[in-house]
Amino acid sequence: MATVKSEQMDLLRFATAGSVDDGKSTLIGRLLLDSKSIFEDQLEAVEATSQSKGYDYTDLALLTDGLRSEREQGITIDVAYRYFATPTRKFIIADTPGHVQYTRNMVTGASTADLGLVLVDARQGLTEQSRRHAVILSLLRVPHLVLAVNKMDLVNFSEEVYEKIHAEFAAFATKLNIPDLEVIPISALQGDNVVNRSENMPWYSGPTLMHHLEHVHVASDRDLVDVRFPVQYVVRPKSDEHHDYRGYGGMVAGGVLKPGDEVVVLPSGMTSKIAAIDLFDREITEAFPPMSVTVRLEDDVDVSRGDMIARVRNAPKPSQDIDAMICWMTNEPLRPRQKLAIKHTTRSARALVKDIQYRLDVNTLHRDQETKELGVNEIGRVQLRTTVPLLCDPYSKNRTTGSFILIDEATGVTVGAGMINSGS
Amino acid sequence: MTQTHTDYRLSQLDQLEAESIHIFREVAAEFEKPVLMFSGGKDSIVMMRLAEKAFYPAKIPFPVLQVDTGYDFPEVLSTRDNWVNRLGVRLIVASVEDAIRDGIVIDDGKTSRNRLQIGTLLNALEEGGFTAAFGGGRRDEEKARAKERVYSHRDEFGQWDPKMQRPELWSLYNGRLHEGEHMRIFPISNWTELDIWDYIGREGIEIPTIYFSHQRRVFKRDGMLLSESEHNPLRSGETVEERTIRFRTVGDLTLTGCVESTASTIDEIIDEVAVARVTERGATRGDDRFSEAAMEDRKKEGYF
Repeated sequence: MATVKSEQMDLLRFATAGSVDDGKSTLIGRLLLDSKSIFEDQLEAVEATSQSKGYDYTDLALLTDGLRSEREQGITIDVAYRYFATPTRKFIIADTPGHVQYTRNMVTGASTADLGLVLVDARQGLTEQSRRHAVILSLLRVPHLVLAVNKMDLVNFSEEVYEKIHAEFAAFATKLNIPDLEVIPISALQGDNVVNRSENMPWYSGPTLMHHLEHVHVASDRDLVDVRFPVQYVVRPKSDEHHDYRGYGGMVAGGVLKPGDEVVVLPSGMTSKIAAIDLFDREITEAFPPMSVTVRLEDDVDVSRGDMIARVRNAPKPSQDIDAMICWMTNEPLRPRQKLAIKHTTRSARALVKDIQYRLDVNTLHRDQETKELGVNEIGRVQLRTTVPLLCDPYSKNRTTGSFILIDEATGVTVGAGMINSGS
Repeated sequence: MTQTHTDYRLSQLDQLEAESIHIFREVAAEFEKPVLMFSGGKDSIVMMRLAEKAFYPAKIPFPVLQVDTGYDFPEVLSTRDNWVNRLGVRLIVASVEDAIRDGIVIDDGKTSRNRLQIGTLLNALEEGGFTAAFGGGRRDEEKARAKERVYSHRDEFGQWDPKMQRPELWSLYNGRLHEGEHMRIFPISNWTELDIWDYIGREGIEIPTIYFSHQRRVFKRDGMLLSESEHNPLRSGETVEERTIRFRTVGDLTLTGCVESTASTIDEIIDEVAVARVTERGATRGDDRFSEAAMEDRKKEGYF
């Protein structure tokens, strides 16, 4: 654990994918253990359980298996979040199960991730599952990807095995949107190249996994050019002291806002200037993603939740016809003519499914244009018509203004995750 | 005006703060009747601070609810009152004693006050018609919490069903409810114990004095140091002695253990937490020790 205060540390969110057999839980246990983020009582509990199960080693996977039903079945059923820190960085792991039926969990974990970590078993090489994980991370525009080739100890730390998997994956990745790829040979069980450099693989000159996680540059993954400020909450104190105060609370989704900037409020199209930006009781000179601030405007224009503040010559086009990739997350399939609730930034509306253009086979990247519906855990390209215009950007430009969720109006359950290709 | 970072970097603590403020505003905008569950402990104090910032210069637009076990530390109650008075928020106290008297929960002499809080809390939420209740749970605390959503759905019985959780994507929270259901909201899900302390230090905010090192008459039970108290009669073989201690968590004083410590400032506490080898719950919470799935079971019933 760090002696540096967390105040100076930055943050990396990463999602892990892989099945039980790939040793994912063991790897996470290893990262927690070697970064000294595991406490004695946790380790003792795991040692006791390992012993009572008759193992002759400490099963680090037990550290991350949360719920009783999971421990009983020896599987992970849901996204779990883990935390550890090194002196320079805090890490949030979204640990997602790898089984076929849990694509939705992987999509969920990847949605907020800066980096995706895919595990493969060195003995098996790339499987359908590892390809699927890479495809999902690419669809969710996770900017950095690490392929950890695990269980190198079981292939005699063979460079040849590593190179073969590396080459095969690199070839596959050219078909995807993966701006940054690192392939690291490790043994999660023995700790090779996880935190400490392996003496068993002198042929490998790249970073250890922990070194890479600590140093991968994520600050420039944000869009600091295109100003996008979805208005979340109107702050009106109505007190004697702040009688005329009217501020717009929200989280900056893109660009840098400054007092004096000329801005446009969408969808009304009214223009004004930023009078001040408040962060609690201070006025600040700049606001950028992902800050939560309160913006005040010079003119008394009508602004409410669901509106968006942008720059006059750089604003998203309000659109009611949305073309998007959708990951479907419920058993009842998605079909044309279906009506759903949609939530996009701070705006809620209803959406009608106009057309399902194709279903994407996430294993082969084949586009099935014959499909009439999207089943659970399937991903496809869909056309929607919304009741009010969405103030959106392509997901490839902005992960906040380019994403939405679909909600079943009867059950209230989140049934779909959408990534916008374009609005018109 | 305050200059922000020229390189557009936001420290992890600032990112956590921004995320939590976003959650507070989202709930205030979308729910009819939110309430903040406030124990007077450090996590709920950080929640109060974040809520204060989210709506400033307006007042926090929802009341605060405390479940009074009757076994609370007086130092904690006084901090609670200071916070509530400074921010001018309405305080609702749901008393376990009253709930026992009114037959809402049954004190069989064996069930801990911690467990009796569940019925008391659910009853208070129902009576107040609250649709969203902010809680100070953190995912680093415990294995069951690690799997809980920021917006955690509760059915008409206040129960949590881990297998039926709604997927939570990006920062798009789904607050849809049916009649009688409510949502538990965990705005500091992603904070760790160390983050909480760093933030309390940075913000210079008031926390109960029992978090700092002091002399106290304590006795040992089940490997934990408990405070001498009329609510906690000694069992045979237990002896009271004065030690230099502090509390890492605050709760029902009959179950909340303290640790020997000389840390008397936030910085000293941070140094101590940074090298701690035992989790705060493992060290000091009798309520989590009953079984490996203690928290999971209580959460399913409707616990915080």
